[in-house]
Amino acid sequence: MAKEVTGTTWTVYDSDTLTQAEIYGQVLCGLGDLHPEIVGLSADLANSTKIGNFGKKYPDRFFNAGIAEQNLFGMAAGLAKSGMLPFVSTMAAFVTMRAGEQVRTDICYQNLNVKIIATHGGVSFGPAGSTHHCTEDIAITRAFPNMTVIVPADGIETANAVKACIHHEGPVYIRIGRGFEPPYYQNENYGFEIGKAVEIASGTDLTIIAAGITVLQAAEAARILKETDGLSIRVLNMHTIKPLDEGAVLKAVEDTRRIITFEDHNVLGGLGSAVADVIAASGKGCAFEKVGIPDCFAIVGYPEDLYAHYGLDANSIVDKVREVMGRDFEEDEDWEDEV
Amino acid sequence: MPLTDQEVQQLKETAVQIRKDIIDTTVAAGGAHIGGALSMVEIMTILYYKYLNVRPDQPHWADRDRVVVSKGHAGVGVAAVLANKGYFPKESLSTFNQFKSRFGMHLDSLKVDGVDVSTGSLGHGLPMAVGLSLGARLQKKIWKTYCILGDGECNEGSVWEAAMAASHYKVTNMITFVDRNRLMIDGATEEIMGVEPFADKWTAFGFIVKEVDGHDFTALAESIDFALAGQSAPVLILCNTIKGKGVDFMENEVKWHYGSMNSDLAQQAKESVDAWK
Repeated sequence: MAKEVTGTTWTVYDSDTLTQAEIYGQVLCGLGDLHPEIVGLSADLANSTKIGNFGKKYPDRFFNAGIAEQNLFGMAAGLAKSGMLPFVSTMAAFVTMRAGEQVRTDICYQNLNVKIIATHGGVSFGPAGSTHHCTEDIAITRAFPNMTVIVPADGIETANAVKACIHHEGPVYIRIGRGFEPPYYQNENYGFEIGKAVEIASGTDLTIIAAGITVLQAAEAARILKETDGLSIRVLNMHTIKPLDEGAVLKAVEDTRRIITFEDHNVLGGLGSAVADVIAASGKGCAFEKVGIPDCFAIVGYPEDLYAHYGLDANSIVDKVREVMGRDFEEDEDWEDEV
Repeated sequence: MPLTDQEVQQLKETAVQIRKDIIDTTVAAGGAHIGGALSMVEIMTILYYKYLNVRPDQPHWADRDRVVVSKGHAGVGVAAVLANKGYFPKESLSTFNQFKSRFGMHLDSLKVDGVDVSTGSLGHGLPMAVGLSLGARLQKKIWKTYCILGDGECNEGSVWEAAMAASHYKVTNMITFVDRNRLMIDGATEEIMGVEPFADKWTAFGFIVKEVDGHDFTALAESIDFALAGQSAPVLILCNTIKGKGVDFMENEVKWHYGSMNSDLAQQAKESVDAWK
């Protein structure tokens, strides 16, 4: 892993030592020079979310709303209306629920150019309990018209998402974890494009569709399954949940006819549901499972323990793939007899 | 500068016309939030006809003053003012609330020229007005943001979050009005959820409060001039008003928060407006 290697326009971030949030904080600082219209906002979480780095570098362009998320997003809407480009960062639970109406009505309804970096998504803040978990945010933000929803795999992809969203008109929701998630990507040059899935492993037996922290786990699972079971597993990093890369899903249906989604989110309304919509509308038969938090308030624990508990770690993914591969499911090309 | 008698007379005549247009639109719409639209007519009239630097033929002109009508249910009143200012033909108000109309009862900033910010859900306007004002300051623009709150709306916690921020960030390029008509849907504000001591609350949140008769153009002008002169803290103009003002059978009547009228009743309402002026 290179340190301080200069990329095309960006430094390649040292993802071995920097957290996801720290990388995002650095990226935003870099963008601040190029884009004087960027303003940063947080609600007493400037340090936790690392948007405080931007605030230290550009104190005049940073507003801490205090512990007042409704006003935070209202102010961001007003700043966007005035011609500024607000990046707002606070915990996912407070973005989408405490201030959910401001995000919907002030920002999405008016189609404003507000970029939201929601931290502590899913159960990444595991020990804090359900008040600080957020396993509903993807379902909520998907249902807001005009909103783009991105769940980066790691810090490198967060950097890519932050850079890309500047050139993407309208509201964007970027959902990251607490910041201590291990990296998947080594550098930024893998062709990140909003709305375009990244095939990180090719395969023909089954497709795993992952987003966020499950990308690394799925890649590891695919490697194990190839070595031990001789299975050819396709892994899609579906970093953009909305607009979903429907073509990639349909291709997976056609090519592998077995799909499993893995996400750190309620199984209702998130990545799995988005993928299910596409499969159902295709009219094609497909063995399908969605794995996530099973519509409950998650238990307390450190994230890695919770991911194992809820079947989102590499070992659990391996087991789930074997289970789905073991199902009696016809391999022929005839869809008609499988209804 | 104080208003001349002639200016006051012209403003009064404009206000009469706006009230009549509100009444006509309420008939066409099949109902509207007429009470709270009528109570803020003088505030809106003096802004649009005396103070605002706007260009109705260029509604998105970058250096215009901004208006955030946080009490978004009064959209019928806003639309009547904008139509009179020439943002769109007055005839188009007859489509209000109708299928595919650009005008719903809460106005959409992406559809209605002259509406700077979409409102409707209460407690959203002041935070957005603070953001607009901060944005103007960052860009070294001289345009001002005017925000109009309802009094019942001030039950919403987000209003006070924004008040705290306005004071903290010394947002002095924003002028805030409260249309203190003392009624909300379920009854009198002080019976449903009291806001008094109202002026003291705003003062405690760091605002300079000017309390005026919200139907008195001269008093409104004095308070706006005071705010525009440049103060060390944000200014709040607490406008004591009468809900349904100008239509005798609607004044101070809870039931006219939202109502519909047939053309006979509308005629009676307009005669009342003429008699009062």
